[in-house]
Amino acid sequence: MHPAPSVIFFTAFSGLGFGLLAWLGIGLPPVSGVTAFVFYVLAYGMAVGGLLSSVFHLGNKKNAVKAFSQWRSSWLSREGIMAVVTLLTMAPYAFEQVFLDSGALKMLGLLGAVLAMVTVFTTSMIYTQLKTVPRWNTPLTPILFVLFSLAGGGLFAGQVRAAAALLVALGVIQVIAWMQGDAKGATGASTLETATGLGRIGKTRLLEPPHSGQNYLLKEMAYTVGRKHAMKLRAVALICAVVLPVVLILALPAGHVLAVPLIALHIIGLLAARWLFFAEAAHVVRLYYGK
Amino acid sequence: MTTLPASTEKKLGLAIDLDTCVGCHACVVNCKEWNTSNYGVPLSDEDAYGAEPHGSFLNRVHTFEAQPASGCSQTIHFPKSCLHCEDAPCVTVCPTGASYKRSEDGIVLVNENDCMGCGLCAWACPYGARELDALAGVMKKCTLCVDRIYNENIPEEDRVPACVRTCPAGARHFGDFSDPNSNVSKLVAERGGIDLMPEMGTKPVNKYLPPRPKDVPSDEQLNGQNTEPKGFLAWLDKALEAI
Ligand code: SF4
Ligand code: SF4
Repeated sequence: MHPAPSVIFFTAFSGLGFGLLAWLGIGLPPVSGVTAFVFYVLAYGMAVGGLLSSVFHLGNKKNAVKAFSQWRSSWLSREGIMAVVTLLTMAPYAFEQVFLDSGALKMLGLLGAVLAMVTVFTTSMIYTQLKTVPRWNTPLTPILFVLFSLAGGGLFAGQVRAAAALLVALGVIQVIAWMQGDAKGATGASTLETATGLGRIGKTRLLEPPHSGQNYLLKEMAYTVGRKHAMKLRAVALICAVVLPVVLILALPAGHVLAVPLIALHIIGLLAARWLFFAEAAHVVRLYYGK
Repeated sequence: MTTLPASTEKKLGLAIDLDTCVGCHACVVNCKEWNTSNYGVPLSDEDAYGAEPHGSFLNRVHTFEAQPASGCSQTIHFPKSCLHCEDAPCVTVCPTGASYKRSEDGIVLVNENDCMGCGLCAWACPYGARELDALAGVMKKCTLCVDRIYNENIPEEDRVPACVRTCPAGARHFGDFSDPNSNVSKLVAERGGIDLMPEMGTKPVNKYLPPRPKDVPSDEQLNGQNTEPKGFLAWLDKALEAI
């Protein structure tokens, strides 16, 4: 699939934003006043920024608001609704922490934390639901999205010990997901023979493509990334997102100074992993184009 | 509403005969011609007179080659447009309600006034039947010529999809698959019509009629005749040999 920067940024940063909101919702770290304000600006900034960036890749932005209407069937619709509900639920809790700090809205915070994770889950389901993209169509996809969100949010929240544990889990699941995806083969159970029904005659190949130029399908869904290139990026993703942060957390005393390189490294790894999430995923329509 | 109707009164669709299609692309052209000037926004082209022309089409013809275990390969021209699936994944994923399946005849349509151009429905379709128009930013797909088949302002013989009307080989058949006695249901029964990518669980309405098996060339020889010369030729033969 075409790794569109807007969608990579959307999923990566809204995931981090909602992850941080979840930590703040359960009161870790316990913040108030200006500190709380800075944390919430960061969390809302990433969550809302991510959502806005997703609007950039729409062909017809003026209808974006209609995306809230089809929650009965559509994960994309549910995602939009859950994002707004979470942001609205956390708002009074955040206000209370910044300006009053009475601890009166603890329950609301807990609810917000749960909703934040549900939001990340709905985001992941947009991809997971697609049978047409075998690499995404696995229960590991939501697990990965939630782990990325919680672990990354934990780094932002300064909960480095918990984040380290989550990162280890994330690393393990990510490697399993890559291996499982490789084992499935690009197009899973579908082949050109099942796609055309010509398997009953014999081995089938494309003789002439339907058009000599590009089209939307080829641009959007026939992106391929070289295996060598992918392997290098997998290493970058794993080392930056998981290995180095965990080593740093275990080796060095916690503190604000450590937070910056930790987060920077993790984001580099996260973006590499998310780029691969799209670039390595193959859509079955490529079969009709002999790919 | 992007939930699917539990059932539809009719199941209108196409039976496409892979044995008959000659790969002329006439259906591609007539589809584009009709649909660029009727339902919804035009099917735009980019760089139409330049080095790399491309644009939106609702119907495209691929050509494949199938190689049996022995003997010659078979060339198959393969028209492909929306299959108006019963279990259309493109409809349920749509967040805006723009995509829908009609309960009266099962046609899958996009209401362009609601579409936000997110492209998710095109990702959900296994068959590459949906293309986002690059200029208008809304999703385009085959409408089964909904604006022809019920259109009382055009002659009756034209009230079929443009691709069916134009096909010079008669490879595309339009009808109601819910009626076991319809032309298309009969063709499917006779010819063993098949679903594309059944493993995707989309239950396509459109069916493909597989190519008939090729004749196998026989090794048998004709009986030998006139092996011995007779009459004038026999005399000539002898005379020439004597020289
Ligand atoms: S062929 Fe594709 S676009 Fe048409 S109904 Fe089926 S899934 Fe939807
Ligand atoms: S591109 Fe349009 S029709 Fe397709 S899913 Fe998005 S809003 Fe719905």
